[in-house]
Amino acid sequence: MKKLLFVQSKPPHGSLQGQEGLDAILAGSAFVDCAVLFTGDGIYQILSLQQTDALASRDYAVTYLALADYGVEQLYCSATDLQQRGLTKADLLLNLTELDDAGVTALLHSADAILDF
Amino acid sequence: MQFMIVVQGGPYTTQASLTAWHFARAVLASGHEIYRVFFYHDGAYNGNTLISPPQDEIDLHQAWRSLGKDHSLELIVCVASALRRGMLDETEAKRYEKTASNLDPQFTISGLGQLIDGALTADRTMTFGA
Repeated sequence: MKKLLFVQSKPPHGSLQGQEGLDAILAGSAFVDCAVLFTGDGIYQILSLQQTDALASRDYAVTYLALADYGVEQLYCSATDLQQRGLTKADLLLNLTELDDAGVTALLHSADAILDF
Repeated sequence: MQFMIVVQGGPYTTQASLTAWHFARAVLASGHEIYRVFFYHDGAYNGNTLISPPQDEIDLHQAWRSLGKDHSLELIVCVASALRRGMLDETEAKRYEKTASNLDPQFTISGLGQLIDGALTADRTMTFGA
């Protein structure tokens, strides 16, 4: 079976890229084995304790919690990007696997197709 | 080789759509095939039949439309992206009781399954505007 890798690299709420990217992940999970990589400011999408009411923006981060129910369990982030933003895994909603730069490269190479958002 | 092309940028907003169009033409000129073009996010705006740029500028909507017509390409616009941005074909306009539709008939509204299927079927998936 082919493996799809979704790459989330945009911060939430400033654009719809992240939210619509998540929709694509949920759609992909119905077809194949899916993995998700959070890179750059994309990590902010899964920051805990987001308060979106004042923005009138949808709190779509909670939908990420449903990924396990969709069978999407391969969740990764770049350790370098996490560190550069002063974050640790404790700040995040999801239990991700941290990858070093070589690990990120290996993950990108392991996918049959990559969908960037 | 078969290419899946994903366009996430609207016309004239970023370079994504124009670059994707150049790439699509290069793919065909090189003897390769395009499995599908999928317009997602602001890419949905490329299907807007009301786009009317100045005469001395490229009409990107017409450029995509002609490429699709001349090469029988599937130009798919994601339904969720399209509705959210007010890009409606006649069927959706009736469904949502709107007074007008603006999606060119050369473009087809469909679901995210078309994106996933394309990424899984084509030899290469190229994303523009991510």
